This record gives sequence, C-alpha cells and structure tokens, in this order.
Amino acid sequence: MMAWIPVALLAVPLLGALLLLLAPQLLRPRLRTYGLILSGLTLALSLLLVATFDYGRPADVQFELDQPWIPGLGLRFHLGIDGISLPLITLTALLTFLCFVYLCWGNARGSGQLLTTKPPAEAGAATAAEPITRARPRALVFTLLVLEVGMIGTFLALDLLLFFVFFEIVLIPMYFLIGIWGGEGRRAASIKFILYTLLGSVVMLLGLLLIWAQTGTLDIVALSTSHGAGMSGSIQILAFVAIGIGLAVKTPMWPLHTWLPDAHTEAPTVGSVLLAGVLLKMGTYGFARIAIPVLPEGAVAVAPWLGALAVVGIVYGALACLAQRDLKRMIAYSSVGHMGFVLLGFATLTPVGVNGALFANVAHGLITGLLFFLAGAIKERHHTADMPTLGGGLLATLPRLGALLTFAAIASLGLPGLAGFWGEMLALYGAFQPGAGLPRGLFLTYMVIGGLGAVLTAAYFLVMLSRLTHGRPQPPARTSPSGTNVVGPPPETRDEQPVVPLGAPARTTTTTLEPPPADGTIEDVNQHELLAWTPLVALTLLFGLWPGLLLSLTTPPVQALLGAIS
Amino acid sequence: MTTFPLLAILLPFVAAFAGLLLSRWPHHGGRTPAATPATATSADGTTTTGKTAGTIATTTAAGLGQKDRAAGERANTRAAWIAILPTAAATILATWLAWTPGLSYFTGSTTPPTGETYGTIVTGAVPISLTLQADALSGVLGVLVTVVALAVQVYSVGYLKSDPRYPSYSAFISLFTSAMLLVVYAGDLLVLYVGWEIMGLCSYLLIGHWWEDRGNSRAAVKAFLVTRLGDVGFLFGIFVLGIGAGSFRIADVLAKVPEMSAATLVTATMLLLAGVAGKSAQVPLHTWLPDAMAGPTPISALIHAATMVAAGIFIVARLYPAFLAARPTLDVLAVVAALGMLGAALAALAQDDLKRVLAYSTVSQLAYMAGGLAAGSDTAAIFHLLTHGAFKALLFLCAGAVIHHVGSNLMSQMGGLRRELPVTFVTMTIGFAALVGIPPASGFFSKDGLLLAMDDALTGGPVSGGGLTDAAALLLYGCALATVAVTGAYAARAWLRTFFGAAKAVALPEPEPGTAHVVDVREAPRTMLVPLVVLAVPALLLGFTGEPHLDLGVAAISVVLAALGAGATYAFWRSDPLADPARLLGPLRAPCERAFYVDALYAALFVRPVLALARFVVRTDDVVVDGAVRGSGRSARGLSGVLRLAQNGNVQLYVSGVLAGVLLIAVGAVVLT
Repeated sequence: MMAWIPVALLAVPLLGALLLLLAPQLLRPRLRTYGLILSGLTLALSLLLVATFDYGRPADVQFELDQPWIPGLGLRFHLGIDGISLPLITLTALLTFLCFVYLCWGNARGSGQLLTTKPPAEAGAATAAEPITRARPRALVFTLLVLEVGMIGTFLALDLLLFFVFFEIVLIPMYFLIGIWGGEGRRAASIKFILYTLLGSVVMLLGLLLIWAQTGTLDIVALSTSHGAGMSGSIQILAFVAIGIGLAVKTPMWPLHTWLPDAHTEAPTVGSVLLAGVLLKMGTYGFARIAIPVLPEGAVAVAPWLGALAVVGIVYGALACLAQRDLKRMIAYSSVGHMGFVLLGFATLTPVGVNGALFANVAHGLITGLLFFLAGAIKERHHTADMPTLGGGLLATLPRLGALLTFAAIASLGLPGLAGFWGEMLALYGAFQPGAGLPRGLFLTYMVIGGLGAVLTAAYFLVMLSRLTHGRPQPPARTSPSGTNVVGPPPETRDEQPVVPLGAPARTTTTTLEPPPADGTIEDVNQHELLAWTPLVALTLLFGLWPGLLLSLTTPPVQALLGAIS
Repeated sequence: MTTFPLLAILLPFVAAFAGLLLSRWPHHGGRTPAATPATATSADGTTTTGKTAGTIATTTAAGLGQKDRAAGERANTRAAWIAILPTAAATILATWLAWTPGLSYFTGSTTPPTGETYGTIVTGAVPISLTLQADALSGVLGVLVTVVALAVQVYSVGYLKSDPRYPSYSAFISLFTSAMLLVVYAGDLLVLYVGWEIMGLCSYLLIGHWWEDRGNSRAAVKAFLVTRLGDVGFLFGIFVLGIGAGSFRIADVLAKVPEMSAATLVTATMLLLAGVAGKSAQVPLHTWLPDAMAGPTPISALIHAATMVAAGIFIVARLYPAFLAARPTLDVLAVVAALGMLGAALAALAQDDLKRVLAYSTVSQLAYMAGGLAAGSDTAAIFHLLTHGAFKALLFLCAGAVIHHVGSNLMSQMGGLRRELPVTFVTMTIGFAALVGIPPASGFFSKDGLLLAMDDALTGGPVSGGGLTDAAALLLYGCALATVAVTGAYAARAWLRTFFGAAKAVALPEPEPGTAHVVDVREAPRTMLVPLVVLAVPALLLGFTGEPHLDLGVAAISVVLAALGAGATYAFWRSDPLADPARLLGPLRAPCERAFYVDALYAALFVRPVLALARFVVRTDDVVVDGAVRGSGRSARGLSGVLRLAQNGNVQLYVSGVLAGVLLIAVGAVVLT
C-alpha cells in the first residue's frame, strides 16, 4: 500500500526531464512554468508522505517497495522511508522547489535569472562577464530535474548498490551545473569537484563490495538488523574505513574538504544551495544509514578517529572562515565546521549524538541553503562577493537583505530558539557521555574543543555581519557639482551617535548608496526572492522553537540502528 | 493561573514579531529603498545647484520627504503601542503571579510553585521538559523584569522619538523581555539556557542599534562573544548537573544534590560560574560591559544594569543548594567578587564618560551580590539585586536624560545642571543615595544585609552558611568595606560634576536639522520623566519592604566609610571645581582609567593570536591541504606525460619495443630454465 509514492517521487522529475528531450519545441516557451510545476508536484508528493507517514512507528520502513532489479546479481530495487529519511526527502523536494521558484518567478530580466528565454544579448543580466553559454534554460531545467532524481533516490534507496547508483547520479548534473552556469573559475572547480568525489566514491564502492562479499546480501534493512553479524572485526574496520572515506569526501570531513570551497564559490546560486543543502547531507546520511548500523564493530574502532577529525574540522573551518575575504567561500568553510558537529555526533555512537547529527543535518540544509541564497543575491547585485570590496552598510542600502542575512547568520551560529542550536548542542551532549567502548576522556576533550569551536563560529559570523551589514555604506566616488564630496565625514562623538531623523534631507547614513550598477539602483529583496526564502526562515524558526518535531521522528530509528552498540 | 508564566512569556514574544513585521504594514512606496536614494540625490542636487531643475527636485524631495516622515512616524507610533501594551499585560500577569508568594522568598517560608509542564522533548537520553513555573524567587524577579521593561519601553518612546529604526528597537526589547521572563520562569535548565542565549542576542542587537558607527558594532560583537565564551562553560555545567541528576528539571536537580558526589558538584558549579561571570560581567569576563554602553541609554538601563546582567546572580540563587554543597566554588566566587567589586569601583572613579562610570559601578554592585552569595546569604544577594535593579535603572535613565540634554556622554562637558533639569536632579540624587547606601534609601538596607553576611562569614555568625575559608572571607569583607568608601567617592564625583559647579559653555556639535538627540526644551519629554519618577519610588522605599534586619554596628561602619569616600571627593572638588576629583587617585589614576589594562592584555593574549592562527589556517589550507590535492593531480599528469612518450605514434619505436620484449622473454626463458 502507498508504495507508489516513493516511485512517483522519482518518476515525476525523471519523466519531466525526459519529456524535455522529447518535445523541446513544445516546452521551450513554457520552461519556467514547467520546472515549477514538476518540482512543485514532487514537493506535493513529499508532503503527502509527511501527511500519511505513520508516526506511531517511525523506526519501521514504510512505503516499502521491493522488486527484483537485476536478478542474476541479486540486486533489488528496494525503496522505503523511515524517520531518518523522511525529513531529508522533504528537505530535498522543498529546496529544489525553492530553487525553481527563485529561478522561475518574476521578471526574466531580473538579476540572477538564468532561465531567460531570450538570447543573452537581449537579456539584461547577460553582459560580457556572463558568456553566451550560460543562457541554456532547457538544459538547466533538465539538469536540476535529474539532480533531484539522484538526490531523492539516495535517501530512498534501501539496497547498497542502488544507493551507490543514486549517489553517483547526482555527481553528473552537479558537475554540469557548476561547469556551465558557474563563475569565472568554473572549469577548474567543476573538474576538481567531480574527480575528487568520484575518487571517494570508488573507495566507497570497494567497501560496499566488501560487505557484499562477506554477507552475501545488499539489503540495507537486513544488514542493519543483523548488526554486522557474519563479518569479523577487522573486516568491519576495513569496510568502515573504505565507506567512511567515500562518505567523508562528500560530507566533507577535514582534510578531505578542499573541493568544497572552490565548488561553492564558482557554482551558481541554485547550485550552491543544493550542494550545501542536500549533497552534503548525502554523505552524513550514509553514516546513519549504512556505515554505523551495518558495521557496528568497525564504527566503535574508528569512532575516536572520526571524532578527532570532526573537531579538527570544527575549529579549522571556523578559523578559516575568520580570515576569509569571499562571502561564498566563507559560507563554504562554515559548512566544514558545521559538518564537523554532525560527524562528532555520529562519532559518539549514542542516540543523543546521532539524533543531534541528524538534526544538525536538516538545520544546516535550511540555514546554509538560505545563506547561499542570500550570498548569491548579494553577488548578483554587486557583481562581487569579496567582502572588503562590498564594504559595509548593507542594512542601510538594502535593509531587508541585510536583516535576512543577520537572521541567517545568527541561526547558523547556533542560537537557541533557532534550528542551528539543537543539533550542535545534542552532538556536544553526546560527546559528554560517549557510547560504550569509547574513551570518555578523549571525547570530553572533543566536547571542549567543539564548544570553543562554537565560540569561534559565533566570532566569524558576527565579524562578517559587522563587516557587511554595519558601518556606513561606501561613499560614492562621484562628487557633487560644486566639487565638494557629497558625503561629508559625520561629526564624531564618543557614543550617542546622532541618528538621521525620519525623512530629513540627510547627507549621512541611510541615504547613500554604493556606486550604482549600470541600471541605476540596486533593488532590495524582490518578490520571487522573498517567496523562495520565507519557507526557509519559517522552518528555521519552527524547528528552533519546537525541536521535538524532528527529534520524536528520529529517536526511535536511531535507537534501533544503534541497537548493537548501546 | 497556571498558564500565566507561559502567557507572560508569549505576549512580549508575539509583540516582538508583530513589531518587526507589522509596524510598517502595509508597505508604502515612500519607504522602499528604491525611493530613498532618489530622495537623497535630489536633495543633494538642491543644496548645490538651486536652478530650475533644482526647484523641481526640491518639491519632489519635500513631497517624498514629508510622506516618508509621516509614514515613519506612523510606524513608530504603531510600534510603540505594539511594544507597550503586551509588556503592560505581562507586568500585570507577573504581579499576579508574585502576589500569593509575596516576599516569602526573603522570609524563608515556601509556597508551591505555580506552573505547568508543556510536554517533553525526547533527546535519546535525558529528556528536556518544557516546564514553566513561578515560585517565590521567580515571582519577585518577574515583577522586577516587567516593571523595568515597561518603564524603559515608555521612556524609549521619547528617547528615540524620531529614530527611523525605533520599530525594530522596541521589538528587540520585547524579545528581550520575553527571553528574560523565560529565564526567570523556566523549570528546566535547558529551557533556561534558551532564554539565556536569546538575551545575549538581544543585547548584541541593541548595543549595535546605531551600527553606522564601527565602534558600536565592535562593542556589540565583543559583548556577544565574551558572554558566549562563558555560556559554553554554562552549557557544559548544565550537562554535568543534568546527567548527574538524571534530569534537567531544576526541581529534580536540586532534590538530587545531596546524592551527587562532591566532584560532580564542584565541576558543575565551576562551569556554571563561567556563564555567570560572562553574563553578570564578573572578573575575568567583565570587559564587555563598559563597552556595551555604546548602545542607547535605555538599553543600558534595562539589559546592562537591571535585568540581564543580574541573571547570573539569579541562576546562582536558583541553584543555591548545589553551590552551597560545593565549597571550593564558593571560595572562587568570593575571590572573584572581591577583586571585581574593588577594581571596578576604582575604575569607575577615574572614568570621564558618565555611562561608563555607571557601567563599572554595575560590575562592582554585581560583585557585591556575588560576594553575598559566596558568603552564604542568597536572600541578601537577591534583595540587593532588586534594589539595585530599581536604583541602577533609575540612574541610567537619569543619565539618559542628562545626555539627551547635553548631547555628550562626557562629564567634563556637564556641570550645573541641577537648575536646568530639576526633576532629573532630584531623581538622580535618590539613585546615587541608594547606590552609596545612605539611609533611608533602598540601597542602604540591601547593602547592609550583604555586609552583614560577609561579616558573619568571617566571624562565623548566624547568617552565613559558614562555607568560606578564612582567607577568602577576610579578603571578601575587606574589599567590600573598601568598596563602600570608593563607591561613595565615585558617586559623589559623578553627582558633583554633573549637577553642580559652573554650567559649562560647551559648544554642541552642530546638530543636523531636526537631529534626534538634541532637544531644546528645558526638561526631557514627559514619556521620559514619568518612568524616572515611577522608578524613584522603589529606589527610595524598597528597603522597607524586605523586613530589614539592621545590624547597627555594620550599618554605622558602612555609612561612615561611604561618608569618608564622598567627603574626600568633595574636598578635592571644593578646592578646584573645574578639575576632576579623580586626581585624588594619584599615580593610580591612569591604570584605573584604563581599567587596569585588561582589554589590552586580552587583545594581546587571545584576539591577535586567534586572528594570526586564522590567517595561518587559510595559508595552510591553500598550500598544504589543497596543495596535496593539486600536487596529486599534477603528479598524475606528470606520470601520464612520461607514459605518453611511449605512445607517440612512431611505428619504428613500437616495433623496437616489441623486439626488445621478445628478446627479453627469450633471454629470460633461456636463463631461467
């Protein structure tokens, strides 16, 4: 019963993509509506999942579909959903839909509109800096739909090889997304992305095959309920390391992270959003779905190392952010730090820690997705993401964008009451009392380092906010006709700064703008951006104020999958 | 009645969102950013050209400007109502909650807490229970928080009358009120932590209210980071306590205290102390508070004097049985308090900025409360917290009125203001009297209670729990007595330099037309004066409510000491009213003015190394970590370059290769067989 929903989740975007190939002439004029409808349909399906999911037994696999796929090899097309994958599937469908909203709504000539149907010479956004190749709307819709198939499939798959197939499918559209629609260094970044992650995947495939060879089955459900029976300790360690490396590249874990900053910096906004919001989650999801439940002995042996690399990642990522000039690169490094918390949660091998990791996963998807949307919006308006060049005063020039950036940064630094806090708190809590068989003193050290990392995280986000949103906007370079500078230095007093009264013909603060781009003014957050971002803001608040929503969903399956350890 | 704590928290919380989102609703074209620069450019044009085009620009600019202004004033008015009404309602609820227990906290009788549990959040281990409750302790604090918040909201209407960002400002105050009430009414440590951190956020946002100035922005960041550093320790302390007790509920934790091992309790309370030091600006995490004075003065009154900084004292009182069972923590607390109260009081004596004087005074007074807690009397500490909340909020609001009038924070630009600002003069005098501890002002009674507790801790008298070691108790009592004298000195100095002497004919910085902070009425507007008068009442009379147990000996000593300090200042001031009486510090003056160079020390010890480390990490990431990746790519290409030499399409080379291979095999076959 209801097993058609997972299939439909995959089929809708896949068929949609195929239809684009079959009937290009028919669909070309309606591409924007087409993409919106298909991703909206997928989102509706995922919401149907949320509505019909049986919350009484979130540990069980529901909506299960199990068909032979390649009988000769014993491969099965096995899909299903439990409390761990449900939030991630919904997150994926939501983020993809919001990307389409961002791309498709509003004026095709607006900034950040890759989906223009006009030749680039006519479209306002396409200038010399944006080569002809960028305007390929049909290819973009196709790529995003295929990407969605891969992402949702990864979270649905309950067969090791099927998981691997979907895991790999994702790489190719993302490669094109970066390589075609990316920034100036997109070629190098996309090649680095695909080679690096492919290399990791190969190692992971070896690990998966090792499990298959030892147990004779690829079924994830069967493997996790048997908790590593039939595999000796050393085999488990070997398999865990192999799979772990593959997943760690994707996550990314320090020191395997260097593809990420380049990919994020060069990717277009939607690419960055999906990369941070969903693709990184596939790596951490693999730990929860495969590595830890299937290989419990391996997990116990490797966990101290995993924890060590995780806390190094937290501190290292935070420090790297502190000295970063490029906004998108900074957010990319912040992902390294946040994923460090997720990995630390997994490394504790406790229900609390793994719960925290899964929570942080979803929270990071929402918050960092929002951050990349905002960074993209800033970059499109100012044609740079270099913070010193951008200067300050964003709250004066673009107040709504500045306010949203403040919100997202505060959410990301882990303020209680917003989604970012609970995951990190629970991961640290897990490290306070790690699972049986793990060295407590070592994990206490990790907890302290992680806590200091949280302070550093706050430091770089606040410094970023201070640099970008505070301060006076950069004075325009032009001078007034009489030759005096338009923006005189404001009178300095120690403290109580005079504030420009409402509507006064003031010459300071609120009314100056940066040197305007070609068309005169920079518009603040517009309708379609607001539409795409509001759900992320709302969900960040919702999960922050009511963390029980997610935790009650993940706790039973987490307890089940840790059955052998705790 | 059981839902009152929840309602009191939710009302300002909803008000915060409503104030942020609805104040300007629906959005008119006049406030859109696209229109604002247009106004600016045309206004610039008119000031410089004044030609025909200029005249047209003037009319449009004036039209737009007026529309803008009207819309902004409408938004401010609406935001003021959205902020004040829910706060007033929360005040009523808090008073109602405090009515039944009354002041039973100070008499020691217990009443059952009012409240409810709104479910639990599973975490996989110890669950979080969403409990909100009001007992005797949270009852009185709830009243303090809501009353001061209400006074500040009303005061701010006048203070930030034409500030275009007033809606967000008042919304953040509402959010702060909600968060502080959450801390006060929380029945679970992690729920408390949520409120605890949100207070920090509001503090950050409000210190940085005038973010155009980079200095304010820096002060805001510093405040958040320093407190956050302490909060990490606080969170770990909660972990230790919660896991030790098997529950995060405060009632369960306190019930389990007798069973917990001493090591657990000492670790937990020491870690909690880190958070207390951060939030309550105690040594060594006190450096953020003086800088936090960059925020608007009402904020300093509410967050940085009366409520948020007192939360640290509150949490110690809340978990007092755990602290009493951890003797070493009390010793540490005593030393921290002793150093903090005297050092901050000396620093206050040398500051020229009126608000910084009050800020250091706050650090010093909070250290008094911490000293009282260390000496074993939580009731004396909480009583001083209440009176301090009243008189320090009053002092800040008065200082705001003074600054509003003078247009500067610096006392060297004030003087002789008692004639121009009679109401402010009287109320501020009451505030200073309470601060110094002159009978019958409230501060006299509460300070007496604290000194009595410290005296008992030294002599083993009845009030103290007898927990401190002799050295710590001696240090604490000695510093406390010295601080009484220094407090008298700096309060007298601030009072004399502000209100007496010749009026300084200081040229105000040329105000922008219609600029906010300079008003030319004699006294501040009524919305500012009413809160002053209202707060002056408890600042003067609160001492009589708490059934004061006066110890005549201690009281006499403290009054004499305070009079000595004030008298010394007066003597110096009298000899030369224009010079700063801070010169009585002699060679100590420069270190006191710089607060003993702690900021410079921290910058050298922590800030600069971290930034250097950050740059090092970026370089390492590029050269080493990514360098290895790029290097492996390069070496793969290099290797393929070598292999490519064999694949150059030259048939002769291939044939030679084949022949060489055949030869090799043949030789090998011959040799090996």
